[in-house]
Amino acid sequence: MNSVQQKKRADNIMTGLFCAGAAFAVVLLIGFVGFVIIQGFGHMTMSMLSFSPTGLGNMFFNTLYLVLLALIASTITGVPAGIFLAEYAKQGRVTKWVRMAVETLASLPSIVVGLFGYLAFIVMTGSQWNLFAGSLAVSILTLPLVTSVTEDALRNLPDSYRQGSLGLGASHWQTIWRVLLPACFPRIMTGLIMAAGRGFGEAAALMFTAGMSTDIDWNNWDITSSSCPLNPFRPGETLALHIWALRTEALQPDAFQAAGASSAILMVLVVSFSLAARYLSWRIDKKMGGNR
Amino acid sequence: MNAIETAVLKAHRNEKAARFFITVCGIGMALVPFLIGGFLLIKGIDTFTLFGHSLGEFLFSGQWDPSDTAEGGGSVGAGIYISGSLVTCALALLITLPLSIATAIFMTEIAKPRTRRLIQPAIELFTGIPSVVYGWIGMTVLIPFLRLFFPMPFGFSVLAAGIVLAVMIFPTITTMAADAMNAVPKQWREASYGLGATRWETIAHVVLPAAKGGIFTGIILGLARALGEALAVAMVIGQMKEFPTSLFLPASTLTTAISADMGGAMEGGEYSAALWTMALLLFVLSFLFIFLIHQLNSATNLKGKA
Repeated sequence: MNSVQQKKRADNIMTGLFCAGAAFAVVLLIGFVGFVIIQGFGHMTMSMLSFSPTGLGNMFFNTLYLVLLALIASTITGVPAGIFLAEYAKQGRVTKWVRMAVETLASLPSIVVGLFGYLAFIVMTGSQWNLFAGSLAVSILTLPLVTSVTEDALRNLPDSYRQGSLGLGASHWQTIWRVLLPACFPRIMTGLIMAAGRGFGEAAALMFTAGMSTDIDWNNWDITSSSCPLNPFRPGETLALHIWALRTEALQPDAFQAAGASSAILMVLVVSFSLAARYLSWRIDKKMGGNR
Repeated sequence: MNAIETAVLKAHRNEKAARFFITVCGIGMALVPFLIGGFLLIKGIDTFTLFGHSLGEFLFSGQWDPSDTAEGGGSVGAGIYISGSLVTCALALLITLPLSIATAIFMTEIAKPRTRRLIQPAIELFTGIPSVVYGWIGMTVLIPFLRLFFPMPFGFSVLAAGIVLAVMIFPTITTMAADAMNAVPKQWREASYGLGATRWETIAHVVLPAAKGGIFTGIILGLARALGEALAVAMVIGQMKEFPTSLFLPASTLTTAISADMGGAMEGGEYSAALWTMALLLFVLSFLFIFLIHQLNSATNLKGKA
């Protein structure tokens, strides 16, 4: 066998290995999602879907509500931070430092953020576990994503937008507020949807902040009462935290099925949000593709 | 004063206010990690100052018996947890790296563009899957499965934790590696093929060396994620306070110890101080990872320019 044949053989073997590795990984991942969803919905019972103390409805509501609060908090701080990085900060030491801070924040273990939230929002304010503290902890986790998405969106806008507005006599802020932000609104929206996907699954950061109990009354709409669903200063267990809690909870006879069902609901929520984000950004790319 | 002047004045005022607000937000956001680090330092330093333990004892000793009182007097050797974290992360990397690299090579070098457009989003989808779901499946599916094949007394083991972490960091490493390989200029590959190299030779001698920096960045990000993962690991590792001596026995990691014991530890006691010190260690490590990535990137950037 000459060396060309040898090389061809090596090439074929390696190609085969790479294909096999990729196929194995992809099959495993797809099997994983399929399994979670199918077994979760297979074991689901009607009582699980109810908004009662035994059902998952309350946790589902808590999850959505907490993520909504977290997104509001991280939009209020993250979008201006992104504008600062893209528009106001001078390229140099400060920007580099801020960017490094963003990256550090993005890679912080969520349990560390949870501990910080426990200390800053629970112990130091002297309050009980509550949804608001939990949402602030989650907003710390989503903050870096919102910031970098805003910065990238602003940077990717054609410079002619900026020049056109400034040329008409608008101030820098007027340009940002009236021209640049509306133009990159869809992209920021996509980033927020991605951030929501991350927030839904968060559990470690909520263990010591949002608490592991839910006691709400759907007929009570007095927002100051601790059993009103919309009161953010009440403890609230999210779906992800519920899965963690069910691990040891032998009290509930259908703990196994409930955890499976929670996993499935969570999975559907996360997957649909990230598919929505993907679809949105694909639409934007298609629309903006012309003028790049 | 006419209308135009008022409008200009107002725009100036708004500009100043907006600039101030935006700058405060930007700098404020940059201060958050420092704030977190500061808080952790204040709480975590107690182990060394208030309770008088040495750093060497904390890092290397396996004597974990802190007293749950404000008087202290126990021992705070977190060596068990540190070694547990290191072993599970290393195992996860060992399992996932060949698969990640193979998948990344398949996506960028072998697959047709249409296949790639299908696989890459699918893999990126997995970065967002909640860790408790991974933990739950690890607990209910992986552990019974492993017990069929290996001699395990409990099923909860270092091996199970390694596998769960491997699945969790697979998407991170794969997408980073694929992006890095994709960024290698097409001409380099063409030049290699033109010299008569096979595809495997091109991958091994041109693409992989050129994409090294990006692949390492992916590995570090993956490691950071594995190190910080708490609940998924806690659900499968068994949480036994022992050194990870065997793949088939339970152990503990930094994160699992914090998540299991922080709720019960007395505020201000030696036990909780030791746990805060472990959180501080996690913070320092993740900062170190980011620093490492920056060093790596500036090193590869220099090489690219030369």
